[in-house]
Amino acid sequence: MLTLLFDGVAYGMLLFILAIGLSVTLGLMNFINLAHGAFAMAGGYTTVLLMQHADLPFFLCVALAFLLTALLGAVLEATLYRRMYNKPHLDQVLFSIGLTFMAVAAVDYFVGSTQQLIQLPAFLKGRTELWDGALGMGHYRMAIIIVCAVLVLVLQGLLTQTRFGAQLRASVDNQQVAAGLGIRVNTIFLTTFALGSGLAGLGGALGAEILGLDPVFPLKFMIYFLIVVAVGGTSSLTGPLLAALLLGIADVAGKYYLPKLGAFIVYSLVIVILMWRPQGLFTRGKV
Amino acid sequence: MSAVTQSLRLAAQPRWWSFALWAVLLVLPYALPTHALLISEITIIALFALSLDLILGYTGIVSLGHAAFFGMGAYSAALFAKHIHPDPLLGLAAATGLTMLLGAVCSLGVLRGSDLTRLMVTLGVALILQELANKFDGLTGGADGLQGVVMGPVLGYFEFDLYGQTAAWYALVVTLLVFIGLHHLVHSPFGFSLQAIRDNRLRAQAIGIDVNTRLVTVYTLAAVLAGVAGGLQAQTTGFASLDVFGFDRSADVLLMLVIGGTGWLWGGLIGAVVFKTLHSVISAWTPQYWTFWLGLFLVLLMLVGRERLLRPWTWRRNI
Amino acid sequence: MFDRLLVVSLASVLSLGSAMLQAQEVFKIGLILPMTGQSASTGKQIEAAARLYIAQNGDKVAGKKIELVVKDDGGVPDATKRIAQELVVNNKVGVLSGFGLTPLALATAPLATQSKTPMVVMAAATSSITEASPFIVRTSFTLPQCAVAMGDWAPKNGIRRVVTLVSDYGPGIDAERYFKERMLLNSAQVVESLRVPLRNPDFAPFLQKVRDLKPDALFVFVPSGAGAAVMKQFLERGMDKAGIKLIGTGDLTDDDQLNDMGEGALGVVTAHHYSAAHPSALNQKFVEAFKKANNGLRPNFMAVGGYDGMHLIYEALKKTKGGQGGGVAMLAAMKGHIFESPRGPILIDAQTRDVVHNIYLRKVEKKDGQFYNVEFDVIKDMKDPGKTK
Repeated sequence: MLTLLFDGVAYGMLLFILAIGLSVTLGLMNFINLAHGAFAMAGGYTTVLLMQHADLPFFLCVALAFLLTALLGAVLEATLYRRMYNKPHLDQVLFSIGLTFMAVAAVDYFVGSTQQLIQLPAFLKGRTELWDGALGMGHYRMAIIIVCAVLVLVLQGLLTQTRFGAQLRASVDNQQVAAGLGIRVNTIFLTTFALGSGLAGLGGALGAEILGLDPVFPLKFMIYFLIVVAVGGTSSLTGPLLAALLLGIADVAGKYYLPKLGAFIVYSLVIVILMWRPQGLFTRGKV
Repeated sequence: MSAVTQSLRLAAQPRWWSFALWAVLLVLPYALPTHALLISEITIIALFALSLDLILGYTGIVSLGHAAFFGMGAYSAALFAKHIHPDPLLGLAAATGLTMLLGAVCSLGVLRGSDLTRLMVTLGVALILQELANKFDGLTGGADGLQGVVMGPVLGYFEFDLYGQTAAWYALVVTLLVFIGLHHLVHSPFGFSLQAIRDNRLRAQAIGIDVNTRLVTVYTLAAVLAGVAGGLQAQTTGFASLDVFGFDRSADVLLMLVIGGTGWLWGGLIGAVVFKTLHSVISAWTPQYWTFWLGLFLVLLMLVGRERLLRPWTWRRNI
Repeated sequence: MFDRLLVVSLASVLSLGSAMLQAQEVFKIGLILPMTGQSASTGKQIEAAARLYIAQNGDKVAGKKIELVVKDDGGVPDATKRIAQELVVNNKVGVLSGFGLTPLALATAPLATQSKTPMVVMAAATSSITEASPFIVRTSFTLPQCAVAMGDWAPKNGIRRVVTLVSDYGPGIDAERYFKERMLLNSAQVVESLRVPLRNPDFAPFLQKVRDLKPDALFVFVPSGAGAAVMKQFLERGMDKAGIKLIGTGDLTDDDQLNDMGEGALGVVTAHHYSAAHPSALNQKFVEAFKKANNGLRPNFMAVGGYDGMHLIYEALKKTKGGQGGGVAMLAAMKGHIFESPRGPILIDAQTRDVVHNIYLRKVEKKDGQFYNVEFDVIKDMKDPGKTK
């Protein structure tokens, strides 16, 4: 039971890292970016290719995945996304779906459609058993939890303690007033989008071992990211975190205790939550 | 008759080219017999898109799970034909009835919340139905699909042939009837109230329009029409499998509708034709990577803006 | 002006004539594969193998030119059926082939019967497929063949308590059922039968459950391509250290992925009909040629199904002198055909139209720095135990 909780928490934290970029983009720019999964995939493939061809150590590859994906996000934001900000939601959805299709096909063409396998460094492959097997913790999942916890603290610090964070929060609350106060909203958008994409890439790199990595990754997991954002809301950091943890634990526990129902549980839970509180579980106030 | 009523009446008159286009469509299965299969497939998807347009274009409800009703209709019609009676029209009636129930229940989920909430709820329903269809594999055939659906002749006379001509005409006639019905609907007071709700829900409420009842009604109607499309699909292909509930299907029809244009009845049809033709052409040329070109087309279309796509000379102006 | 008219009419008569002559001289083979989507690697392997066969044996058989028409169905049965219908009606193919998954083959079966076109199933592996139409011939394999072989081997090697984990669709259910029956026959026990969804499977919670049940071994069937994920989770949970052995059908240690699975795959025992390490001259030649033509990609059992399927079509064309007698004659020529395949000897049963071939028991070992399924035992000429008719 404890092992399950552990697994669920690890899974949930991974989902959080993957989805937080989407949540911020949606909250800040009011842009439904369904191509977010493609950035995650880019991070995953960067890591895999670097490890296979450049033989670099795992954590270095993950860090590089973060940086390269952030760069990619910055470039795309400045050239393409910026033009779509004032268009209706539907156009944005289709635009991002189009980008996703292109990414999926491009990866398939250049790398192939088989699942990519990462060889983890030896110290991550082990497993620690406590209390006579009642709590089994895979080292890799432990690493994920640690990395994510650190990341949450860093992000929270960034948002609340830095000037950039204050400017970001101001822009989310009311873009026009923030611009009126002299905040360079365009730069904020660029940086935030890059950061969000970079985090997605980081999540993809970390997740390749647990979630698998193949060209259809964005389409498979987009639904989960959307669930985290819809249930967690877009106005805080803790909302999506709690939503992701809830989703991770519910998914793992559901599949263990009621394997015949499987994913059914997660979807029903989501619908019930959203019908009860349409603005998300952790957002205060109205939609 | 006031000026307003007069202009509305005028707008409600079907254009001459509507009749002409429909005449051409009805003749197509005869004129292009080798493409009858493609024609019937496009028609069914166009009907599906039309049903989505009713809630998306005319009422402003964003749905990523409309395939839930398409799938419900498909399985209902298939199971009806297999276990109860192989007549196609009775099968369509069964599909209509069951989907109406499902639509009425689901409409309660889209009454509240933001766009994103509605997206998630509709998506969730479609996914749940897909899971259910998978679990009850004794009834539905699970991941292998429902086999052994043999349809009787339409109206007791027109057999479903290998070339697909009967299927094409059957689909076209049903879609035409729906089209005519919808035309009257959207130009009626009810239809106008829907557009009022789409444009500004609060204002519509303020002038006394009962928003919730209308939302429930239109969502159920859209569900029924999607169910009819699904039923047609199952009947013309003799087969139903889990992907009728799939996210791909919901996403594809959304794409088609936006390509063709929301808020007008021809949008679904044109979008379906453009999308499917693009698909056929591109995937004949590159079967494995056609989604790349589709994605590129979408990105360009959205960047440039639909209205300007057909007018290349306006592209140079601030893209 | 008259001369121009003459030239034009001559040209059109000639082109029409040559077109008609051409049409008589071409034999089209429709190959419907999932080239996109989750089963894309299956499509890739089979297409590569089919093209290799044509490259090695030329594209002229019995006076006819072979034209391979490859279409992607994305793994969606509706698409498969429509594409098959178009191929038969518009392209006038003489044979339909491919079919990467069970639902794709089942959807097309009534069409094959109606149009009297032989359908060569090169990948799908559920027993009931060949019973869906009298025009279906299979060159892949069936899950019961492997499951029964495993169900015999395991109890003889100290494995008495097993948990089965299969993907929840036709072949998976077949594998589970036949393995269980065989185990019971050999007085061994299947403690629990778990089924994982076919799409987006997450093995972690299921494997945790297996760990908690503490069996002697875990029997796994997952479709080609998902084996790596199972292996990873198996190792991550420390199940090998807990004394649980990993056994299954060969899809688990698919040649396509085996080399990337790493040390953790060593020692896994599987039952299957094809290994890239099969020690026959024909297989070595096949693997070399395949690797050369495909950037070092190793062929797997899907590729062999495609390769043998093409061979069957070629032989049938030769026997019917270029397809005379239409689909019915081609089908008759295919039934009862015995030949040597890279997998070993193979027979297409005249009654059931299904494959009869050797099932090998293999262990994953390291050879020349690469991982292979090395065969250590064989059950010869195994028929499909899953036939009900």
